[in-house]
Amino acid sequence: MAETPLLECRGIFKSFGSVQALTDVDFEVQAGEVMALVGDNGAGKTTLIKCIAGIHGMDHGEVFFDGRRVSIHGPKDAGQLGIEVVYQDLALCDNLDVVQNMYLGREANRFSILQEPPMEAKTRETLAGLRVTTIKSIRQAVATLSGGQRQSVAVARAVMWNSRLVILDEPTAALGVAQTEQVLALVRRLAEQGLGVVIISHNLHDVFETATRITVLRLGANVGVYERAACTQQEIVHAITAGTPTKVSGIPTTHGVHA
Amino acid sequence: MSAEAAASELEAFEPESLRQRLKDNFRSGNLGSWPVIAALWIIVAVFWQTAPNFATPANFTNLITQMAGTCLLAYGVVFVLLIGEIDLSVAFVSGIAGVVAARLQDPTGADLPWYICIALALAATTAIGAFQGSIVALIGVPSFVVTLAGFEIWQGVIQEGVPGVIVIQDEMINNSSNYFFGNRAGWIMAGVISVSYVGGMVVAAISQRRHGIKLQYPTLWLLRLLVVPVISFVTIYILNKDRGVPFALLLVVGALVVWTFVAKKTKFGRHVYAVGGNAEAARRAGINVSRIRILVFMISGFMAGMGGIVLAARLNSVDLNAGGGTLLINAIAAAVIGGTSLFGGRGEVRNALIGATMISVVENGMFILGYSTGRIFIVTGLILLFAVTFDAVVRRRQIRAGR
Repeated sequence: MAETPLLECRGIFKSFGSVQALTDVDFEVQAGEVMALVGDNGAGKTTLIKCIAGIHGMDHGEVFFDGRRVSIHGPKDAGQLGIEVVYQDLALCDNLDVVQNMYLGREANRFSILQEPPMEAKTRETLAGLRVTTIKSIRQAVATLSGGQRQSVAVARAVMWNSRLVILDEPTAALGVAQTEQVLALVRRLAEQGLGVVIISHNLHDVFETATRITVLRLGANVGVYERAACTQQEIVHAITAGTPTKVSGIPTTHGVHA
Repeated sequence: MSAEAAASELEAFEPESLRQRLKDNFRSGNLGSWPVIAALWIIVAVFWQTAPNFATPANFTNLITQMAGTCLLAYGVVFVLLIGEIDLSVAFVSGIAGVVAARLQDPTGADLPWYICIALALAATTAIGAFQGSIVALIGVPSFVVTLAGFEIWQGVIQEGVPGVIVIQDEMINNSSNYFFGNRAGWIMAGVISVSYVGGMVVAAISQRRHGIKLQYPTLWLLRLLVVPVISFVTIYILNKDRGVPFALLLVVGALVVWTFVAKKTKFGRHVYAVGGNAEAARRAGINVSRIRILVFMISGFMAGMGGIVLAARLNSVDLNAGGGTLLINAIAAAVIGGTSLFGGRGEVRNALIGATMISVVENGMFILGYSTGRIFIVTGLILLFAVTFDAVVRRRQIRAGR
C-alpha cells in the first residue's frame, strides 16, 4: 500500500494471566476501505478491537494513527482520535428516543440545560446523510424500532462525532435478511464517505458483500491479509480453520494472496 | 448526494398523521398517564353522585392539604423508581425531618429561628439520602435492603428522639401546611403560572422553527397550551370559594415545576432516564452512573424532608408515630399508580401528583360514605395491584412491538 494507513498496529501482544490472547499481531485500515476482521471463536478479534478502543491495555506493540505514533490508554483517548466502536449489544437505552440515544452522554447543553432543537436537527441530518430513512419519527423510543433500525441508530451515533474509524462488532448477528442488507449498505456508505471501517463478522457472506480487504486471525496470530476481489470464500475458510501464522517477525503485513 | 436527493430523504421523515400516531401508541401500550386520569375522572364522578359534601370547595381544600405531604414524598420516589431502584425509608426519613425541625424550634430547648430549623431538617434528610445512595451506588448493595435497613434505623431514631410529643409552636413552620393565601394572591398565582407556561411553550416552538423543525401536531399543541391555564383558573376559583390557596398547594405545584424541569430539560435528568433504561449503555456513553444514583437518593431524601415538615406542620406537632402508618405505602403507591414503572426508565414527575390525588380521592370519598378503614385499604391495594399489572403488561407489549 502506497498511502499511509489510517490506523496501523504493529506487533501487538496481549495476555490475560497465562493465556496469550494476541501474539505479535499486525493490523491496518486505510481511510475509505472496509476491512473485515475474521477468525474462529477465540482467535483474538474482540481482544484486538478492545485494545484499539482502549478498553484493554496492550502488553506490547505500537499503534499509528494517520502515520503518527499514538498511545491509547482509555476509551476517551480512542474517542479523541476519532475511533468509535459499535458493540454487538449496541448500548442503546430502549426507553429513550432516537435523538436522545444519538446524544447520550454528550448532550448539547447550555448551563446544563438541554438544547433540543439543534440536537434534533443534527440527528435528522446525520440519518439523512446515511440514507437511513425507514425510521418514522426520530422522537420515537428506540424500543419501538426494528433490529436493523436499532443497528442503524447505533452506527449513526458512532459516525456523528467526526469519527474517522468506525469498528462494528458483529453488526448483522441478530438481523433478518432484509435488515442485514440495509445495514451492509450502510457499512459500504460509511467507507464511501471516506471513513475507515472495520467489520468483525462470522458471516462470510456479509464479509464478501462489504469488505475491501480481509484480515484473518487464528489463535491470536496473523494468518494473512487478503484482497477481497482476489480470493474465494473457500480460501478464507481454510485460512480461518487451518491457516498457519505467516508473519516473519519485524516485517509489517502487506501480503497478497496465499492460503 | 444531490440536493434533490437530500430533500427527498428529509421528506421521508415527515411524521405520521396524528390518528396513526395515536393508534400506534395505543397498540404498543405507550399511553402515559391517560388511563389513570380517565380512571380518576370516573371515580370522582361516582363520588360526586353518591357522597354528600364530596364536591364542595371545603372538601376540595381538605383533599389538597391531606395529600400534599404524600405527594411531596412521592416526587422523590419517582426519581428513585426512574433509575430502577426503590426507597423504603422515605416515610421515616420524613419523620426525621419533622423531629429535627420540632426539636430545633422548641422554645424550651434549642429555640432556633424557623428558617434554620427547616434548613437543618432538609440538610439532615438529604445527608441520609446521600448515605444510603452511596452504599447502593459505590458498594453495590441492593437498594431494597439498604433502604429497608434505613426503614428500621430511622424509625428507631424517631422513637429515641421524641419524648412523647413535641408541639410545634413556631408559626412559620406551621404555616407550611396551615396558611391560606387571600383571593387576590390566588388569582395572581393562576395568572403567573398560565403566562409562564404559555410563554415557555411559544418560545420553545419558535426555537424549533428556527432549526427547521415544524410543529408535529398543531391541534394537539393548541390543546396542550390550554390545559394548564384552564386547570389553574378552575382550581383557584374553587379554592377561593373556601379558605383560599393553601400554602401546601404552592409547595406541591412549585416542586412539580422544578422537578419536571430537572427531569426533562437538564443533562442530569436525561442521564437519570438513561441509567434507568440501560445502566451499562449509560456507563459506556461516559455517564458517571454512581454519581447519578447518589444524587437521586439525595433528591429522595430532600423531598422526604420537605414532605415531613408539611406533615408535622399539619398536626402542629410530632409524636412517636411520625412517618409511620400508611405514609410509605401511599408515597410509593402514588408514584406507581400515576404510571411510573417499577422497572426503571419510564415515568414522569407529574405521575406522583396524579397518583397521590387518586389515593386521596378514594380515601376521602370512601370515608365520607362511611366505609371502614379496612375497606379503604383493600380498595387502595387493589388499585395499586391493577396499576402494577398494567405496567408489566405495557412493558411486555412494548418489547414485542419493537421486534
